[in-house]
This record gives sequence, C-alpha cells and structure tokens, in this order.
Amino acid sequence: MEKNILLCGVGGQGTVLASRLIALAAMEKGLDARTAETIGMAQRGGSVFSHVRIGEQVFSPLIPYGQADAIIGFEPGETLRCFPYLKKDGVIVVSKKAVKPVTATLSTSDYDGSAEIAYLQQHHDKVVVFDTEEALKQCGSGKVLNVLLLGALIAHGDIGITLEEMQHAIEKKVPERFRELNQRALAIGAAL
Amino acid sequence: MKKELLMGNEAMGLGALRAGVSIVAGYPGTPSTEVLETIAKHNDGSVHVEWSVNEKAAMEVAAAASYNGARSLITMKQVGLNVAADPLMSLTYIGIKGGMVMLVADDPGPISSQTEQDTRRFGQFAKLPVFDPTSPEEAYEMMAEAYDISERYHTPVLFRPTTRICHSCASVTLREKLPYDREFSFDKDPKWVIFPKLAYENHKTIERQMPKLGEEWSGYARNTIEGTGTKGIITGGISYQYVKEALRLLGNPQVRVCKITTPHPFPEKLGVSFLKSVTDVLAVEELDPMLEDSMIQLCGKYHLPNDIYGKRTQDVICAGENSVESVKESIARFLGLTQALEKSRETAAMEPGTELPPLPVRPPVLCAGCPHRASFYAVKKAMEGQKSVFCGDIGCYTLGNAQPLDTVDTCLCMGADVTMAQGFYWMDRTQKCFAFIGDSTFFASGMTGVVNAVYNQAEITLIVLDNSTTAMTGHQPHPGTGHTMMGDVVNAVDITKILEGIGLTRVVTANPLELEQSIQLVREVSSLPGVKAIIFKSPCIAVTKTEACCEVDSHTCIQCKKCIRELGCPALVLEEGKVAIEPSLCTGCGLCQQVCPVQAIKAVSDNDSSHTEGK
Repeated sequence: MEKNILLCGVGGQGTVLASRLIALAAMEKGLDARTAETIGMAQRGGSVFSHVRIGEQVFSPLIPYGQADAIIGFEPGETLRCFPYLKKDGVIVVSKKAVKPVTATLSTSDYDGSAEIAYLQQHHDKVVVFDTEEALKQCGSGKVLNVLLLGALIAHGDIGITLEEMQHAIEKKVPERFRELNQRALAIGAAL
Repeated sequence: MKKELLMGNEAMGLGALRAGVSIVAGYPGTPSTEVLETIAKHNDGSVHVEWSVNEKAAMEVAAAASYNGARSLITMKQVGLNVAADPLMSLTYIGIKGGMVMLVADDPGPISSQTEQDTRRFGQFAKLPVFDPTSPEEAYEMMAEAYDISERYHTPVLFRPTTRICHSCASVTLREKLPYDREFSFDKDPKWVIFPKLAYENHKTIERQMPKLGEEWSGYARNTIEGTGTKGIITGGISYQYVKEALRLLGNPQVRVCKITTPHPFPEKLGVSFLKSVTDVLAVEELDPMLEDSMIQLCGKYHLPNDIYGKRTQDVICAGENSVESVKESIARFLGLTQALEKSRETAAMEPGTELPPLPVRPPVLCAGCPHRASFYAVKKAMEGQKSVFCGDIGCYTLGNAQPLDTVDTCLCMGADVTMAQGFYWMDRTQKCFAFIGDSTFFASGMTGVVNAVYNQAEITLIVLDNSTTAMTGHQPHPGTGHTMMGDVVNAVDITKILEGIGLTRVVTANPLELEQSIQLVREVSSLPGVKAIIFKSPCIAVTKTEACCEVDSHTCIQCKKCIRELGCPALVLEEGKVAIEPSLCTGCGLCQQVCPVQAIKAVSDNDSSHTEGK
C-alpha cells in the first residue's frame, strides 16, 4: 500500500502536527513514513505545506505531481495552489474559511475563497467543503482545525488509517491536557 | 533497536550522540538548527552543548576540544561557514586529534537563506572530506562513519545535508551507542601552532592523503552503482531520491545510476568504472555542478569518450530546488522517453496543459503583534520629511522590508546593518542613517561594527530590536537571555553596558509599543551627533502567550482603513469591506489603537485561552 497525503494552509494553522499524527498512525501499523514541511522564514504568514507519504517503499519526501491520494485544505486558496499534486481519484477536504493575505487586504481585493472552491468543484468530483467555523465552535476551541479536518478526511476518503488508529495516535502524541479536546475535534470532524 | 519517526536533523543529532560526541557548538540557522537542539534535549549532562555567539566561535571552541582528543560537532547553515571560513582554512592544515564533524546545511531554493552556495564546493576549496547523505536514515548511520574518517585522516570533515534531508521526517532505526572511551588530554607540541613552514609541510601531507581517501571511498558501501543499460545517471543528496522516484514514474527504464555520498575527494576509481560502463552521463544534483565537473574532469584525465549532460548543458535546472517533476523531465529528455513522460502525467486530477487561475500571493510577514512592527513604524513616522536610509539585517526583522512598513532599504549579511549605515553616512552626511539589528545578531556580529563607527567618527543611529530571543530560527537563547543550552541560568550580557563601554553618546531603552513616546525618542536621539542607540525592548510575541485582544467598534469606525494601510498587521482584515480584527491572530499589542484617528479600536479580554501545541 502507498498513500500520499498533502496538507496545506497558512503558517500557524497546525499542518505539521496533523502530518505527524498521520505518520505516527502509519508507523504503528508497521508501515514506513516520510514527511516534509515548510519551516523557517516562509512560515511567517506564508503558504505552508506538509507532505506525508506512507507505504513500503517511498523515495522522495515530497509527493510528485498527480500522486496525492488526498489533500487536506486548511484554506481555499492554498488548496487550489496544491491541486496539481492531486490524483485523478483523489479526494479534497477543505475548509471554506479564507485567510486573507496581508497583500490582499492592502489592495482591498475581494479574495474570500469562494471562487477557488468553485474552481475546484468544477474541475474535480471529490471535493468536500466544510464550514469549519461552526464545527470549531462545537469543539470549544479555534485551535483544533488540524485534527477536525483529519477526522473529516478519514470519514470521506481512504488514507489507509482508521478512526480508531488515529485516536490511538492522538493518545500517544498529543500532551495530556489537550488530548480530550483533540479527540473531540476528531470525532466532530468525522461526523461532518 | 527501535524505529522512530525522526526529522533529519534529529537523526543527525542522535547519530552524533551514538558516535560518542563530547562537545557540540553551533549558531542557529535554518535548516540546521534542530540538530544541536536534539542533542541538548537528549544530553545526560556528559556532553557540553552550547549556542556560541557565532559560527567562528563555535568552530574554534570545538577545534580545541578535538585537540584534546574529544569528538566534536559544530552545526550551522551554509552562510555560517562563511563566518567561520577563517578558522576553517587553517584548521585543515593543522588537523585534529578527536574526530571533528562540521555539519553545514545547504538550502537549495533558497527557502530560508541569502545564497544558494554549495558547501561541497567549500570542502573542495578548503581541502576537506565531504559527506552528502541521501536520506535521514542514511544521515543517522553516516555520522559515525564521518567520525571514523576524521580520526583516521586527522582532519575535520564536512557533513552537508540539504533542507529536504534536514526537515523531512523518516522512519529511522535507532541503534546502540558505539563504544568510545577516551581520556582527554592536550599534548603540547609545535604542531598545534600554525607557521608558514608548518603550513607548507602540512599542505604536502593533505595533497598526498586526499587521493588516498578518494581511493578508499571508491569502495565505500554508500557509493553505489545500480541498474543496467548503456546510459548513466550520477547523483547524490536528496536528488538521488528524486531520480529513483522519477525512474519509477517513467516505468523503470534501463539506466545505470551512480550514487555518490562522498563528493570530495571524488571516488575516482568508482567514477572511472562507471564512465567505462556507459556512453552518456546525466548529472542530477542541486546547487553547483560538482558531480558533473568531476565527471568532465575524469573524462579529460583518462581520455574517455563519454558525453556529460547536466547543469552546464542546461539539461538540469541551474538554480533553485530540484523536484521529482524537474528530474523526471531531465531524465525523460536524456533517455528519449517522451511517451513515458506524457503517460506519467496522466495520473493527475488536473488536466495536463491547464493552468491554475491567479492566486493571492503570501509573502512572509511580521506576525500579528510583533514588536518589530511598532519599532519600524516609530522610526518611519519620526523620519517623515527627512532624508534617511534604513539598513536592515538578518532575522525576522528583514520582513520590515515588506509593504506597507517599507523600512528596510538594505540587507546583506549578518551584522552588515551597522557598518553599511556608516558607508551611507560617508556618501551623504546630510541624511539620517539608521542601522536595525536584532539582539542575537548584535552579539553574533554587530559589536565590532559599532566599534568601527565610534572609532571612525561616523554618525549613525543604532536601533537594537531586542525581543529577548533568536526568533526567526525558533527561539534559541543567546548571551542576552541569561540561560544556556546546558540549562544553566547565567548573568545576561547587557547590551546597554556594551554600547556605553564602546563610548556611544547616548543609549536609551524604550518599549516600542508606546508609539508616541517612541516616535519622539527617535526624533530626539537621531538628531544627536555621533553614534547613538535606541534599544527597543519588547518580547517576541510567539513566546509570550497573551490573552489580550482588540476589536473594532463598527459604529465609531469611519472606514478610513488607516490601520490597515499603515501597519500591514495580519490580524487587521476586511470583512465584507469593513475593517475588522481577526481574534485568533490578534495579541492585543494596541499599536492599531494608537494609530486609529477616531479611537474606534478597543481592547477586549479573550476567553479562548485553550491552545494546542499545533506548530
């Protein structure tokens, strides 16, 4: 089995932790995992991505174009930016909430993510769009978008990892005081 | 033995501990930083670990430890080696006793650097052996082998990972610590004192032993030739993985692949046998065409008929990072696999040949609530209508260059702000010359520049942006923070006292978030003669957890958008055309409150204080 999952968003949205959780869950099953991510200057409000590759024999830490089984989009524009990576039968789960870049605010452009979501839906069948703001209110924290979307992906696409295996990875990886919150976010995400 | 998901930098840190390293020194720099942090985290107290003030200091500290027989490690990014070039060049001639590994991380792209320089080339220039791992797993294992070579050849060795090795994670099998027990002692001997005569003698030794090592490396198990066919690909580093992946996507065509993990001294025997087994060769590598040049050299030396393709023939991208896609195209062209290339693109959801609609660009910006924004804004306001020049430096605060702040006119290298401001003054003495420097950069390479200004009578205003950490690289301590990587609390080195000691006419400290006072202070201090400094002191917002937040009173707001236009804070957004503050980003710094002409921005308390470790 080989699965490639691409997580994309904006610095600070928690893509890295989510990618580690997927890799950890895969390793628990005896699979090898590779991840690659943006760190450093590019992180400061810039586009960030996290590539996760699981399987028996994976070479490049970065997913080649047209090879991603799933894209977890933390932000509409960033998700569209990653569209070239998606496989024909791959799935996109995406939050519809746009994070406006400072440059867009300065030029008072009308970027709100809706055109990007519409483009994705026109050009691909498996695009699942979520109103994450509402779901995050249910979670009781705005900081668990990452795990919420992980739950949604497991429910809507096959990444070779079950909900139970992800729950187990959260138990192992997330510090105790945040565990319950993250388990709740995973469950709410899976029910979306 | 157990398997763990490790970042390349963690793997290399643990690899050095496994090899029995006793002393580790470095200076933070993306993508190298986590190596030293990993060692500090796993230190049982027996290893001396330090963030040195700069890379030169780190190298010299570690060199002396190696003279004593200890295994030492230094870590830095590629441009850090420029700072340490002075001890580096001489240390090659002197040699070492305990193994010394110089881990220098290169950054193709560049993703977080000023240059795309190639440390393999530096190894060639400095006559040092270079290791170039192709994966985190290999880097872990290779670390012990690097110490072995260092000790057997009495030379420091360069260990050169790139960003995709440093910052990718892999399943790494951890092994038992290797036995390395040694009594440390310094045997006084003239051989440790560099003199022209000694340099000449040792130069001869180096030239004798480099080919010997190249010979040994022709049999090194990590240098391999795999596959069959009449054409060949030579590669190394992360590009090796791209080659493997690209070949798979192209349907596993017949081709011989030569993987080189020791680019200098080049394993000549292996290279010649590879060249003799194929007709044409494609060199796939990042940064400089180092393997390519080695191939060309061997063809000349041994009168071999092979055609060598690569960067020099525009068959591999000459700048930036390789990718599976770019490598796949190079290989397809090299092997004449047009159909296979097209077929490999058919898996994509996106129609081949289509282009994405334009997307909003996201250049990196100063964080919401960053005190640097306030400092830059205060200087900018104070200098309105006056001719002035703003010399910037390396760190988060390089981002002061972005619109709308636009308060960084130059950025060259660590510490250059202080000295370049002086050069600008000598060219036009009527303008106000500002030098912006962060606290860590000040210690690393700013102090000597300040002495230069005082001594040579330049007239500059030094702005120290003191956020009490090395923010850009992930918040490392430095001499001004009062704690060390050994976990000790120590006396913090006082920047004010240093500046007063150097003889500045005025040194004041202020909180940049108090905007009006800060503007006044900049006006007052910059009008004084000579060298003077303002230390804008306010902690980095990424380490100081805050629960404060501001909001816009929509009834009072006149939608002039001055806050957005002047500050460029990511928390200031437009919601349906109206100014709003994004509560998940706002830190309540209050700068926009002070900029608002109608007091429409107010502080509120934020009760969402739960925070996952999501970074």
